Amino acid sequence: MKKLAPTTLKYLSLVAAAVAVLLPLSVVLLASFKSSSEYASTGPLTSPQNWLNFDNFATAFEQGGMVEGFINTTVILAISLAGTILIGTMTAYAIDRFNFRGKKLVMGLFLVASLIPSVTSQVATFQLISSMGLFNTRSALVLLFLGTDIIAIFIFLQFMASIPTSLDEAARLDGANYWTIYWKIILPLLKPAIATVIIIKGIAIYNEFYLPFLYLPSEGMISTSLFNFKGPFGAQWEVISAGTILVILPTLIAFIFLQRWIYRGLVAGAVK
Amino acid sequence: MTVSPTDSHQAQPEAATPASLAGPRAKASKPGPNRKKPGFSLTPYLFLALGVGLLLLLTYVPAVNMIWYSFTDWNGLGPVGDWVGFENYQEVFTNPRIFGVFGVSIYYFAASFVQMALALYFAVILSFNTRFSNFFRGVIFFPYLINGVAIGFVFLYLFQPDGTLDTVLSWFGVTEPPQWLGDASIANYSLATTSVWRYTGLNFILFLGAIQSIPAELYEAAKIDGAGPWHQFRYIIFPGIRRIIGLSFILAISGALSVFEIPFIMTGGANGTATFVIQTLQTAFTYRSVGLASAMAVILLIIVLLVTWVQRKVFPDEKVDLS
Repeated sequence: MKKLAPTTLKYLSLVAAAVAVLLPLSVVLLASFKSSSEYASTGPLTSPQNWLNFDNFATAFEQGGMVEGFINTTVILAISLAGTILIGTMTAYAIDRFNFRGKKLVMGLFLVASLIPSVTSQVATFQLISSMGLFNTRSALVLLFLGTDIIAIFIFLQFMASIPTSLDEAARLDGANYWTIYWKIILPLLKPAIATVIIIKGIAIYNEFYLPFLYLPSEGMISTSLFNFKGPFGAQWEVISAGTILVILPTLIAFIFLQRWIYRGLVAGAVK
Repeated sequence: MTVSPTDSHQAQPEAATPASLAGPRAKASKPGPNRKKPGFSLTPYLFLALGVGLLLLLTYVPAVNMIWYSFTDWNGLGPVGDWVGFENYQEVFTNPRIFGVFGVSIYYFAASFVQMALALYFAVILSFNTRFSNFFRGVIFFPYLINGVAIGFVFLYLFQPDGTLDTVLSWFGVTEPPQWLGDASIANYSLATTSVWRYTGLNFILFLGAIQSIPAELYEAAKIDGAGPWHQFRYIIFPGIRRIIGLSFILAISGALSVFEIPFIMTGGANGTATFVIQTLQTAFTYRSVGLASAMAVILLIIVLLVTWVQRKVFPDEKVDLS
């Protein structure tokens, strides 16, 4: 009996944590299936009459501009990821495999830049983007996602150090130039690091709110489309709930299938 | 050109499981001092050009501009305004409307202690044998991945008058719950709690990772010596993760100062919930005082750099910086 108590407490606390996490999400799920009259007349914890009532999801998709949001996010995500990987691996290749004048300076620049809080520096970045004529374009977002990714470079650097340089040398002897070595040897060997970067960066871009809010006011990305529900659907919590569920669903699916990679990636990204 | 070794080496990463990242390949050869022959070569600069170019353009040009703007009275439109010296900085420290918002950070700073305590507790108990540990680990971690706007709406819904929270509390006999977000004396607690809900998962997974990297033999040796769970925690786990805990504490300071998304999405900074970052952005983009806002941003930057400097002093040989 004495032995049982700590175990019971342990499981009780775990269940309490699970409830604390899942309850706020579940009630939103319940609300998303309710009709508006049903929402008004039932409490938050009563289940919907019809679990197959997808009207709110349709409203969120069609009138809430979520289609546009998903398309914009997908396009910007794909271009930014491809660019980040190319730029990040090339930069890491130069820093890890070459000795050159100014190497310390370049490393220092990346290190210091990783400390600058990016939200506040938008005060000045905004002026720059608008002077380049990119305000309210998707290019502005791609550019910002590409230009500020220092964590990706650190992950690539760390991983590249474990790729033996003898591979480069062997290829050199066979007459390969540096570009070929980078493209045909280094890049393929970096696959695990690339997967890590795709996960960290992909989640970050999918969840990014302030950059699209500031730079792309006329079109929505996924976060801003949902944020804009505040106006037109202000009192229609069943529609807002449906939109919220639609945004969380892809994250949940990705999490279920990529769990191990996500854990590892986040630890790698956070503790460089 | 023939790149014969390429193909055989390319086959390697597919065979290597991600868990054994460095293992087999690192053994393939000793990293020699090969690097590069002396003499000037353009090659590294070509590989660097894009990355460094974007870094300068999007990080350093704005940073330098920001310092310049902070000494002017610019409104963000037309040519940069007149030089006003330290007037903006004076304003930040003397205007209670601006300086006062630093107080809001205290709620989040306090909350980050709760967050770390929870994260540490669950990381420790889940590192021991537990049923459904995968499920619990996933549930505790998942909120960290959720879109910030979605979290904002989930909690706006939860905190509504007669909403979920009030309903649950009524089961326990609380009949007159406060206005969780409408009452200025409570709103910051509600928002800080939301922040704990969102970020505990990150601390949790970092702590768990640190605990799991402690060699298993240590536990076995301790068990043989008759150490119970408490002693295992006190003498094995805690020393093993002291560093990451310490770092998390220090980083909680800059984290608390840079709080933005949750209050911005949920209350827009109303009811005394404006944080320093919200105030800075409103000053810049709503009131169009780019000069003043730049001064605020520079002050935040200096504080963050100071905190990092202290962190490096306290934990000198650890290359960790959570950004």
